[in-house]
Amino acid sequence: MRLAELASTIRSKNAGVDHITFDVIFRDPAAYRRTVDSGRLSPESIAALYGIDRDRITSFVVFDPAQAIKFTIRRERPAGTPGEPDLFGSQCYPPLFDIDIP
Amino acid sequence: MKIMSPTGHLGFTPIERGSFEAGVADRPDAIVADSGSADIGPYPLGADLAHSPEEWQRHDLELCLLAARELDVPLVIGSASDTGTDRGVRRYVEIIEELALRHGLRPFQVAAIYSEVSPARLIELAASGVVIEGLNGRAPADVETLRRTDHAVAVMGVEPIKAAIEAGADVVICGRASDSSLFAAVAESRGIPRASALLAGKLLECASFCAEPFMGKETVIGEIDADGVTVYPKHPQQRCTPASVASHAMYERIDPYAEVVPGGVLDMRDLRFEALDERTTRVTGAVWRPSTTYSVKIEGAGKVGERAISVMGIRDPYTLSRLDDVLAWSRAKLVERYGSPQERGYRVFFHVYGRNGVMGNLEPHPVVDGHEVGIVVEAVAGTTEAAEEVCALAARNLFYARLPEVKGTAGGASFFSDEVLLARPAYEWTLNHVVTLDPPGQEPVRAMQLFRTEMLQVGRKTVVTK
Repeated sequence: MRLAELASTIRSKNAGVDHITFDVIFRDPAAYRRTVDSGRLSPESIAALYGIDRDRITSFVVFDPAQAIKFTIRRERPAGTPGEPDLFGSQCYPPLFDIDIP
Repeated sequence: MKIMSPTGHLGFTPIERGSFEAGVADRPDAIVADSGSADIGPYPLGADLAHSPEEWQRHDLELCLLAARELDVPLVIGSASDTGTDRGVRRYVEIIEELALRHGLRPFQVAAIYSEVSPARLIELAASGVVIEGLNGRAPADVETLRRTDHAVAVMGVEPIKAAIEAGADVVICGRASDSSLFAAVAESRGIPRASALLAGKLLECASFCAEPFMGKETVIGEIDADGVTVYPKHPQQRCTPASVASHAMYERIDPYAEVVPGGVLDMRDLRFEALDERTTRVTGAVWRPSTTYSVKIEGAGKVGERAISVMGIRDPYTLSRLDDVLAWSRAKLVERYGSPQERGYRVFFHVYGRNGVMGNLEPHPVVDGHEVGIVVEAVAGTTEAAEEVCALAARNLFYARLPEVKGTAGGASFFSDEVLLARPAYEWTLNHVVTLDPPGQEPVRAMQLFRTEMLQVGRKTVVTK
């Protein structure tokens, strides 16, 4: 099943000026466990999806209190530098929608 | 005690009145609002200008001031005028003075806490051996980086704000401040221990963002005691649920378990979220872990150059299939006329909406699937004239790009208008760093000198009669 059908919230946003952080939040505990246990969301899979080096994924956390998977990407350049397209980092999440969770 | 949070960014868009008034009716013990953010980019700090219209800032300050004076409780405003520079603090104090006079408020004490630090001072500190350490993988700041910085601010923690409240301030206007510390300072001044006080700040700092469904600028209230915080919204259609509060606890941050402030870290690893009813959630389990050093974050921004933009579009499917050739043609014409960007100090970016304009190099599918693209041509150069000229040549050469089999021979791109729009100058975040000015284990005496507090009395002057 697509991640977009399992998660209730999928979002991205600046975490300071050098990072964009991504939150994938589940309302349904079973959908949360299924996604976490599938291993389909991992630093390696995200690096491959966004076409970046693994070391730009600076954190990857499974956050039980919110039934969430949270990871953070270091920006190529700080937010707002000439050429940077998304000042708030708020539209970087949609590629996550199509991740297939068995 | 009860703290009311009416907005996550005072002045950004006006506070919603309905839930604000409902919040005031609950008779909170303080009103706290942050007015700044680094999300708005490096321009407002670097150029030292307000990011939001002053009319909206005044609107929000007026609501908060009148309510706080009516209730006779502290009002704490953080990161004045979006960036927390000295200009921002001064301007907010002036607005408070104007509002006090206009409404005939009885005299009250205002504390202005300045936190701007000049690049020259940072260069002196670096020369004296202080390491300006980089955050998030940045290198320590060298003199060249400090020279590129036009304005910098030190981000205050709990201590200067708490000191101002304890000195009798009714209104505290802070320079750049950690959002959670604004709330924590008020709570600590009422005897709440650091862990609960900072937890309250973390949960309340963005107002209604900790509630569901999603709404901005609506009031929430936190009831704080030594063991934890109980939060509830004042908009009738919102709920603070364990899910909404927990998901806010990780919002906009790299580590959902740690809130770092000067002097230590709030450890949120063992937080417990409990629904008291369907709109109210209680949070407990935060632990304060003091550090041996008192490190203060420094934010800085500097000018990169003047900037101009042009808006273009392409509709021809053949041209779209050869889009990279079109962009390469335009770049080649720039080099032909001006020399290489590196040599001549100009830069041009093509933001191609319809391909990867939103995500840039992070886009996994940088392919034109639709029938048209929009291109924002962004040019940066040393002078306004150069930026405009480079931008115009880049844009017009999208129009003149030569492709072997194009059917449309009257122009390869559409102009939104054959016009170069002068944009705000380009700035960059030069500093996202920390300084530690006092030896480990010692009181933060030198660090506190980064924050300068002035107290003044505001309001109707009392007439002294003999």
